[in-house]
Amino acid sequence: MNAPVLRLERLSKSFGALRATDGIDLDILPGETHAIIGPNGAGKTTLIHQVSGVLASDSGRILFDGRDVTHMAMPARAHLGLARSFQITHVLPRFSALENVALAVQARSGSSFHFWQPVAREELLNAPALEALAVVDLTARAHTPAGALSHGEKRRLELAIALAQAPRLLLLDEPMAGAGAQETHRLIATLRTVKRATTMVLVEHDMQAVFALADRISVLVEGRILATGTPQDVRADPAVRAAYLGEAA
Amino acid sequence: MREALRSSIDTAVAVLRTLAFGQRVAACLFALLALLPLLSPMLGGSYLLLIGERVMIYAIAALSLELLIGVGGLVSFGHAAFLGVGAYATGMLASHGLGTLSVALPAALIASALFALATGAIAVRTRGVYFIMITLAFGQMAFFVATSLAPYGGDDGLTLPTRTLVLGTRVLKNETAFFYAILAMLAVTYLLVGRLVASRFGRVLRGLTDNEMRMQAIGFTPYAYRVTAYVIAGSICGLAGFLLANQTEFVSPAYMHWQRSGELIVMVLLGGTGTLHGPILGAAAFLMLEETLSRLTEHWKAILGPLLVLVVLFAKGGIAGAMEAWRQRKLTFAQLLAAADGLARTMAAAGVERWRLGSTALRGGVDRLALLAKGATKRAVTRWKPLQVALGGRLVALRQSAERGLALAAARWRRR
Repeated sequence: MNAPVLRLERLSKSFGALRATDGIDLDILPGETHAIIGPNGAGKTTLIHQVSGVLASDSGRILFDGRDVTHMAMPARAHLGLARSFQITHVLPRFSALENVALAVQARSGSSFHFWQPVAREELLNAPALEALAVVDLTARAHTPAGALSHGEKRRLELAIALAQAPRLLLLDEPMAGAGAQETHRLIATLRTVKRATTMVLVEHDMQAVFALADRISVLVEGRILATGTPQDVRADPAVRAAYLGEAA
Repeated sequence: MREALRSSIDTAVAVLRTLAFGQRVAACLFALLALLPLLSPMLGGSYLLLIGERVMIYAIAALSLELLIGVGGLVSFGHAAFLGVGAYATGMLASHGLGTLSVALPAALIASALFALATGAIAVRTRGVYFIMITLAFGQMAFFVATSLAPYGGDDGLTLPTRTLVLGTRVLKNETAFFYAILAMLAVTYLLVGRLVASRFGRVLRGLTDNEMRMQAIGFTPYAYRVTAYVIAGSICGLAGFLLANQTEFVSPAYMHWQRSGELIVMVLLGGTGTLHGPILGAAAFLMLEETLSRLTEHWKAILGPLLVLVVLFAKGGIAGAMEAWRQRKLTFAQLLAAADGLARTMAAAGVERWRLGSTALRGGVDRLALLAKGATKRAVTRWKPLQVALGGRLVALRQSAERGLALAAARWRRR
């Protein structure tokens, strides 16, 4: 068995009296796509925020590639290869789609304290950026300002930005959020390609997407992990059926 | 001679066509400024030259502030402090007999950069209103330190023994030479800031303004970039301070008063943030408004205030934005008239009696100016369409009138 890419030990975060995450233990193995599902308010986004560094954890440890990153700032974690997408789209609206992605490439290729050379002409940044745009099928929109893209296109751009970081681990926070049926199909197809090369944590409400993509699933309820296992195991787990999927599932 | 002129104008037109709209405007501004010393003997002598110098010095300061406001999203309300630090560095050195270019200019740049580093390292940790307040506080601290500098004039300021010596000569005492020196500095600043905005660093700075969370998520730590931008902006403004001290041959705490910082913000907003020709236009518009309005009435701020409100309300991109809208035909003449009408009403409402009570001579002048402006706008509107079709048309007309003028001048010269 390979060493886990990400290991969470007793990870907790409270907002006042609310325990958003409550002692979470979780291992993400190399190469797997690990879905985290659970009802609204279960703490899924909080968990992603803690792992990516948006939120500081109250207690517990986060080990990334065996390295303790619990107290590391978000940009430093990104440099270690931890990339994420946001549930609420975070793109740079005044930048073109290409520039949005090229910035992610720039972040990992050399110093950005260069003040003279025009960055728009750097092929070393543009070529990988165009590749990432091609993966999400946004090549035709490369020069459109991100603010002018449709919602579905913005969701795909989010993914392209994260891919351009060439991550060791990709955290996807509801990549299908707000996307139509057609867009969802498209994103699932894209993620199928992505998962071959990348370890992913996928937080998603869309069960079709989860069962199509996940190698393992963890069910999060009220800040605790109720069950972890293969899709078949989780589907069959009586506790999960009672708590989340409902008897009908 | 004619052929040479024609070909050089053709080359200029060809070069202009390769530039973006903003760069074209800037090129025209620089050309206009370069011609000013040649025109000034006809248009009121050295007075015009002095106004031009002030405009260019404040344009440098406004450009540096645009780097913070427009590019970095950092609204600094203490930017005049750098103007003062640069000016005081120049003045204090000069008072000790160290008024040479090789000492004074680097000293002004380094002093303002150090001040920017010390204050920016703290200020940049805050955002929004807190950033405004903390920069205001640092600016006022600098102001009060200057007033307490008793050996250097304290409240009264400090008179420079002479302008900075260049290679031991007093060449800057020649007003034309000094004018062109400032113009060169402005051009260098414009070029430098333009390159910076389009560089790796500039892209990060702009990205941080657009969405800081995204930038952190892809691995950029905002702090270092913002401090660096603050230091660069501070030292460019220090250059403006160095030039200001030389222009007035006087240094005073008033240079760093918060009101001056506010005026710099007004210049950037009036000219149009988000562009680099905007701050230059803004500095020119602000100083010329100040100059003309303060001659009409001592309550000129009662006119300037509503005018700025109108600019903010109707032309969010300032002058540069209005020009862009005009070019894309989004701004119509009717809207412009409505805005002018609104301005007139607001001014009447503000009860600026002095405006109407102005001397008849002055009124005559204003009326004539209004007529002239009316005629000019009329002509501009009727000519607009053909001009839109070919930018060259305007330049051809210009070239023809220039040729006629030259021919006329040559004929007169021969008769003499």
